[in-house]
Amino acid sequence: MSILLAGAKPLGGKAVDILIEDGTIAGVGKMSASATPDETIDCTGLILLPGFVDLHTHLREPGREDAETVASGSAAAALGGYTAVHAMANTNPVADTAEIVEQVARLGERAGLVDVRPVGAVSKGLAGQELAEIGTMARSAAAVRIFSDDGRCVHDSRLMRRAFEYVKAFGGVIAQHAQDPRLADSTACCHEGEVSGRLGLPGWPGVAEESIVARDVMLAEHTGSRLHVCHVSTAGTVEVIRWAKARGIDVTSEVTPHHLLLTCDLLDSYDPVFKVNPPLRSDSDVQALREALADGTIDAVATDHAPHAPHDKDHAFADAAFGMLGLQTALGVVAESMVGTGLLDWAGVADRMSVRPAAIGGLSTHGRPIEAGEPANLTLVDANGSYTVDADALASKSRNTPFAGRTLPAGVVATFLRGRATVRDGKLVDGIPA
Amino acid sequence: MKNLLSAADLDRDEATAILDTAARMHAIQGREVKKLPPLRGRTIVNLFFEDSTRTRSSFEIAGKWLSADVINVSAKGSSVSKGESLRDTALTVAAMGVDALVVRHNASGAVQRIAGWVGCRVVNAGDGTHEHPTQALLDAYTLRNRLGDLEGRHVVIVGDITHSRVARSNVILLNTLGARVTLVAPPTLMPSGVASWTCETSWDLDATLSGKEFGDVDAVMMLRVQRERMSGGYFATEREYAINYGLSPQRLDLLAEHAPVLHPGPMNRGLEISSVAADSARSVVLDQVQAGVAVRMAVLYRLLAGAAEEEVLSV
Amino acid sequence: MTGHAPTSAESADAADGAAIPAPVPVLSDADVARVIDRIAHQIIENTAKSGFDIALLGIPTRGVPLAQRLAARIALFADTTVPVGSLDITLYRDDLRLRGVRPLGDTVEPEGGITGRTVVLVDDVLFSGRTIRAALDALKDLGRPRAVQLAVLVDRGHRELPIRADYVGKNLPTATAQNVRVRLTEIDGVDCVELEAAE
Repeated sequence: MSILLAGAKPLGGKAVDILIEDGTIAGVGKMSASATPDETIDCTGLILLPGFVDLHTHLREPGREDAETVASGSAAAALGGYTAVHAMANTNPVADTAEIVEQVARLGERAGLVDVRPVGAVSKGLAGQELAEIGTMARSAAAVRIFSDDGRCVHDSRLMRRAFEYVKAFGGVIAQHAQDPRLADSTACCHEGEVSGRLGLPGWPGVAEESIVARDVMLAEHTGSRLHVCHVSTAGTVEVIRWAKARGIDVTSEVTPHHLLLTCDLLDSYDPVFKVNPPLRSDSDVQALREALADGTIDAVATDHAPHAPHDKDHAFADAAFGMLGLQTALGVVAESMVGTGLLDWAGVADRMSVRPAAIGGLSTHGRPIEAGEPANLTLVDANGSYTVDADALASKSRNTPFAGRTLPAGVVATFLRGRATVRDGKLVDGIPA
Repeated sequence: MKNLLSAADLDRDEATAILDTAARMHAIQGREVKKLPPLRGRTIVNLFFEDSTRTRSSFEIAGKWLSADVINVSAKGSSVSKGESLRDTALTVAAMGVDALVVRHNASGAVQRIAGWVGCRVVNAGDGTHEHPTQALLDAYTLRNRLGDLEGRHVVIVGDITHSRVARSNVILLNTLGARVTLVAPPTLMPSGVASWTCETSWDLDATLSGKEFGDVDAVMMLRVQRERMSGGYFATEREYAINYGLSPQRLDLLAEHAPVLHPGPMNRGLEISSVAADSARSVVLDQVQAGVAVRMAVLYRLLAGAAEEEVLSV
Repeated sequence: MTGHAPTSAESADAADGAAIPAPVPVLSDADVARVIDRIAHQIIENTAKSGFDIALLGIPTRGVPLAQRLAARIALFADTTVPVGSLDITLYRDDLRLRGVRPLGDTVEPEGGITGRTVVLVDDVLFSGRTIRAALDALKDLGRPRAVQLAVLVDRGHRELPIRADYVGKNLPTATAQNVRVRLTEIDGVDCVELEAAE
């Protein structure tokens, strides 16, 4: 099966022809006249990027299949230009054993739209008390490399130290959801500041994130281990990471699209579609996050795609579930907040949304250069259009997107997983699998 | 006026009109026949997700004295735990053909959300730590009766400001009526971002009440301190709070002759307010309760007696 | 019952360019005074037998100063103090839901109350009779008068209910589209009654 992408612009550069054959990039640049592809796609004006890799997504299966399944989440991911996603462990039951992570991996294979890489829990049941079976999960067919209690913070310093030490044997990385529960407990839901005081919403101060990240980088240094910081949300955390990297500490980090664009004044409406953990913050935080992503202090964009059934959001703000959809709108939001503002070019987008996340997750076949011989995990992007987000048309089973009705400057035209198109003309090739 | 969700919904004219109407309602309460006809045939539901005997009774009497049919629905116990969404609970009650919902909820913003879902009028009887507009109105009414026009008056509010919807609504309404406010609390009980509110703040109750820090004081409002706040570590002991922030007899004497003492109730005697202060001639606590009924009658009258703006027929 | 006070601009041309006719004077200030005197004498005549056990209740807005003036004239002519009060009927109107919310007027009970006495309701204009009907409902919640009478400055006809006045200053035939404008010094700075054309 061969496909010719005619006139595409790899990483936004000069237009060339790219030939895909049997799952691999067969050639880049002018083809010889004798090459006769099975299909030619006119890619005039379109940008070709390596398929995106999401380090942080919630697929809700097992346990909350009413909100999302591995299949529906995979569809949303493919439509968003993703070829690989890491599925977080806070399912029901928690993914803290080889059996559960293998089940999630199998479900991903069956859906066949993206490579689903399960994340394993750090602690049993996410309880933050005892280590989960990290080694067995690493050795399982799911080959877990990223371990996270996301949703909860690994608060106990000793447990975090043990996790840092233990994971070294399996080439893994601990991904921390930084939230000191003594400073921001489960009721905290609004950036602590003028808005939280005025609206009477329990505050979630930035220092609750920063103090944990500061502790964790020191522990990573002390144990000679790797740290990945999930969903960085404050300017202060950026400073800590900058300091740690300058010191040579092995730390990586991610930022969500919504934290690059949205601020806490949106909470004036008390609409829980804007309720997320960590919360939306101030303009100065958004600015600092954008600059950090631009200069590489923050390594990757990760969606933290968090689907919720309507009845979990149709509550008072403080009672509603935390989380926003993100897979299908990630590209558009990054284009608006980073490319449109001149902070990042398309090569930079490829780096932050594909190359570095693949490296952090240890994925050898994603985030590869667009060169002959490389696996054809690619996405075709239209950066000249305007794409209005229609909540009802999203592939996710849920509808909780803060971008409903918003017009974004870029959209995914096609996605290729190992040379096979999963998305064409902005639509799924086969529909959502059962 | 369709709903009363926040003190900020009222401009000076509207707030004054409500207080004037309340004065007339209050006068009628002195008569033998207290029932008035304007809301006959209207149905009001008190939808309370949070316990409150006094506020609920106050609204109930207010509605009944205006001849409305008043029903109490207790939705206590988080709808989350019962598995029913807030939206479903609200729509189910409103679907019974209700003209107005009076709603109290323990989560800030819940009443505003409900108002967005239902078609009937909504009155906020207290949402979390956010607002309690009818309390601010009855406080303003009580102050107006004692002090006259509130323009230029200085009102001091003392207590757990962080968790107080009474404080937030009062800061807004008193400013609307031309008064100025000083908030006094220990640093742990001052809300974040309070510097951007239209009021002064102080950690020193003595300096404030004596007039040294912010000028002469025309009224003091003591807020209830919840003993549960101690387990959140906001202050060390009850004694610590009472000594530093309670209205002791000595602090009472710092006040000018004309200055009344208000308290939204229920009072923790010995904690935020001494018994001497609570029982003194300055205390207008019972006036506030009476005012509550009159003010709520005025609010219900203004919300429900006339045609909705959309319905006004040309005459 | 009166219409709203016109601005001077409205006395000029109407929007379509046609001139609105100027209001027709019905009672001058001297007429108003005479009429009030006559009603005072009539009240005295009617109630002397019962020892003047009456109370006057003015219906806001302009019924109130009228009631006060009547009480003053009665005091002058019969050398007896008649208690005066006011009765706001807003809450008892039968047309509350047809318009936006109305502000309330003052209800002040006359000294000694109304129970057992003859109450004379005082208003400026009698028209459909609905105001008086509302006043009768309001009276019921105030007490139980021995009898209720009605004194009006102007009766303009077009009754919609079986209501009649006991004392009438001036019977004035009108078209329903016309407006009877009553002005009293205490409120408008001048005493007069005018008939205005339809708007």
